[in-house]
Amino acid sequence: MHVDCKGDASLTIVGKEVTYLPAENTARKPLHRDVIRGLQNILGASMVLHRPEDLLLYEYDGSVEKGRPGAVVFPTTTQEVSQVVRLAAQHDVPVIGRGAGTGLSGGALARTGGVMIVFARMNRILELDLENQRAVVQPGMVNYELTRAAEAGGLYFAPDPSSWKSCTIGGNVSENAGGPHTLAYGVTTNHVTALELVLPDGEICRVGSRHGDSVGYDLAGLFVGSEGTLALVTEITVKLLRKPENVKTLLAIFDDVDGASETVAEITARAITPAACEMLDGWTLRAVEDFIHAGFPLDSAAVLLIELEGLAEVVAAQVAAVEEVCLEHHAREVRVARDEQERELLWRGRKNAFGALGRIAPSNYVLDGVIPRSKIPQALRRIREIGERYNFKIGNIFHAGDGNLHPIVLFDPRDAGQYQRAIEASAEIIRYCVEIGGALTGEHGVGMEKSELMPLLFSDDDFGLMRRIHDAFNPRSALNPGKIFPLNKGCGEITPRAQAAVRAVPL
Amino acid sequence: MSTVATNVAARLETVIDAERVNGGSDSCTKFAVDGVAPSVVARPASSAEVVEIVRFAKSEKLALIPCGICTKLGIGIPPTRYDIAIDMTGLNQIAYYDPADLTLSVDAGMNLAQLAEALAQQKQFLPLAVPFFDECTVGGTIASNIGSALQPGYGSARDFLLGAEFVNGAGTFTKSGGRVVKNVTGYDLHKLLIGSLGTLGAITRLNFRTFPLPEGYGHLVGAFSSVDSVERFQAMVSKSPLAPSTFNILGPEAAQTVAEFKDDRDSPLPSWFTRGEWHVCVGFEGTETILRRYSSELAQYAQQCGASNYHLLQESDDKALGGALRELLNLLSWSGPAATIFKINAFPGFTPDVINLHALAQQFSISCRIFASSSGPLYFALQPGDLNDKTIGSLAHIASGVFEYAAEHDGSASILFCPTSLKRVVNVWGPARNDSALMRRVKNAFDPENCFAPGRFVAGI
Repeated sequence: MHVDCKGDASLTIVGKEVTYLPAENTARKPLHRDVIRGLQNILGASMVLHRPEDLLLYEYDGSVEKGRPGAVVFPTTTQEVSQVVRLAAQHDVPVIGRGAGTGLSGGALARTGGVMIVFARMNRILELDLENQRAVVQPGMVNYELTRAAEAGGLYFAPDPSSWKSCTIGGNVSENAGGPHTLAYGVTTNHVTALELVLPDGEICRVGSRHGDSVGYDLAGLFVGSEGTLALVTEITVKLLRKPENVKTLLAIFDDVDGASETVAEITARAITPAACEMLDGWTLRAVEDFIHAGFPLDSAAVLLIELEGLAEVVAAQVAAVEEVCLEHHAREVRVARDEQERELLWRGRKNAFGALGRIAPSNYVLDGVIPRSKIPQALRRIREIGERYNFKIGNIFHAGDGNLHPIVLFDPRDAGQYQRAIEASAEIIRYCVEIGGALTGEHGVGMEKSELMPLLFSDDDFGLMRRIHDAFNPRSALNPGKIFPLNKGCGEITPRAQAAVRAVPL
Repeated sequence: MSTVATNVAARLETVIDAERVNGGSDSCTKFAVDGVAPSVVARPASSAEVVEIVRFAKSEKLALIPCGICTKLGIGIPPTRYDIAIDMTGLNQIAYYDPADLTLSVDAGMNLAQLAEALAQQKQFLPLAVPFFDECTVGGTIASNIGSALQPGYGSARDFLLGAEFVNGAGTFTKSGGRVVKNVTGYDLHKLLIGSLGTLGAITRLNFRTFPLPEGYGHLVGAFSSVDSVERFQAMVSKSPLAPSTFNILGPEAAQTVAEFKDDRDSPLPSWFTRGEWHVCVGFEGTETILRRYSSELAQYAQQCGASNYHLLQESDDKALGGALRELLNLLSWSGPAATIFKINAFPGFTPDVINLHALAQQFSISCRIFASSSGPLYFALQPGDLNDKTIGSLAHIASGVFEYAAEHDGSASILFCPTSLKRVVNVWGPARNDSALMRRVKNAFDPENCFAPGRFVAGI
């Protein structure tokens, strides 16, 4: 078996002997035939997958987690989604929403089986209002396709995760996805103004408004990023931004990592606000260069990919300021992409980096910790030190301008000892991020992957309120169970991985 | 002091320092909401004391309203119960500020102007250009979600609020979000606090992203004889590469109010405004080169759209105008005993049919002011001369017209400020909403026993 997920996917599992995944994740009871029949009645037989060989593909997303649904269905309307949810509720079967399955935290996996609703066939633009810079889309719409459709009006959809050519806007909404350009334009939540939802009892409702501001609580703000644990999203109203007049992309090349990370801290401190500021360390850029040939110098210790956007006058001033900071921190060279082609090549190097790393080690574990930008230099030094102590290669390719680290721990999952150590090293890195004022996840979501680490940040009282919000909308955990919240430690359900994390991270 | 009040005050003194409990009637009157005064004011000095107060209220089944400096307590419906005002101004420090990371953590009771001063020392600021700026607190600004003039350039609070700490109705101290600029760890509960008007809990601390102070400022003030040319100008700017930081549209009467605004120097603004015309004030920022580009391009657009005249303002003039525009709501809320201000979130924010609102007010011979930000909201301020039954009747008619206008424009409207007597006949939050049930679920999760500001909010919350 070889599973190689598209886009941002970090996971490459080779060989059948991958057995490290906890039994709990794959535990599932087959769905009762009445459920299957009911689903077929609602959607037609061809829109319901239930044979094990058909379900296999839906066991994975872009994370190292796994969980097989009992059935996978492909509705085309909100009404159908609502009917499926009602049917599932009648039979007490959980429902999991899924876009393209590119997520990196197990958010779209059926942790305890159930009916998986794949939104692939709800992928239309319902309305494109170029005049007022709004689009109304179905959740299965691919992120990049919206930007393509809006281009005619000189507009685009700002959130741009690395997987933008395959990931869906519904998935972006669930996870509150980011991307390189969120530095200047914000993450998904900053671009969503209204949602249509299906609640766990099948009720269809709308929150927010086209305008964005409305009377009452900011419910759209609550649902974006709730990882499918409160409601299913069936329609999304988003803001579209006007394309900037001018774009300049710089590649700053450094002979040591400290120089690059200090440059990022200094650019932030001087408040230069680029549209994107990405860092690749030497080891990572070499892996990428081998594969993509983006033009990253093989002998460098780190590069920064910095994009400046806006009025020509603003960009010109910022390019000069960024160059000055880079040179002060001993950049060997600062290159400015000469044309669109060169620009795209540099970005291809960045956006396909995770795919490139898949060629080097059997598996890797991508972290998503986020820290204050002023602490990037010390954090990178600590990560290097942790890697050396555990004897792992840890690559760094990340959204430096946001302080959103993506350390990548490379390991061989067939070696149980290695796996355990990789997890312990990862937990130590995350604990450090929290210690210096950071958070567990900047854009990938908590999902199944980081739920056991949540107590690092949140108290029992915090969980108490979050749980009450969860239960206010999803009282029986019928939607996307087993996500975000740490599992009850007393029930023996805790995963081996989580155990390792908990041991490494005294709570 | 009534016996009930004495009792509440006396019992409250057993859970927090007696010095922080004030049952005096003067003090309680200051914290009255729509004429409903609390029986005691508590001024906690720590979040732990806020927890004690909430637990006390919960066990005694008393109602609480967290307050700042009381500039916006008039927003909303009179509370059904109100026993304890929590005066949050005792929590007034910057808890953490990392200028190099452009992040800030500040106590809810801190004065906004004082905070601005502290940030300015690091050449930074928080883009909350809100009315009552000099007096109000950070917490009150967020809890009321009062509009910021800088929204076109910087977005609204939900775009730069990174996290919050608060005491919810269950009497527990809770937090959401964090202090980093990008974070998807857990539910974004802090977003719910924005505009929640104290109905979900007492906000104790807020974390923000800060922004660099621009090198320089400029403003274009353009006068237009028709509302259609205003719309044309707005469309032209929005389709241009320019990204102004503020964009205020003023109807003729609103422009006149701004023109007469007296700042600290006690002198009215220079004659940038032309009587009887619509005006557009576009603010922009940056280096000299950038300011020049904005000035020349905006002037060109104004001419193309048939502006009857325009003025380009720099530095100190810009500051004076910016202050007047920011405080317009404040000014109008005090403009008479029956002053009534609607906030309309229509889509698109500004269209030529805003003159229908004008006509609506004229029908009842009530003078009105219309002003808007390009990206919304639209404000409609009425100034009836006297407060009497006839006025209230007229205002009620106008209110239903405004709510209809908002619905026709795919939006919603509410009354921001109005006389309490109007609130007896009109729901200031507008017609019933289809998401009311969901909002009540949120309220119940945060405040299961309905301790916080009962009855003051949307949907009977």
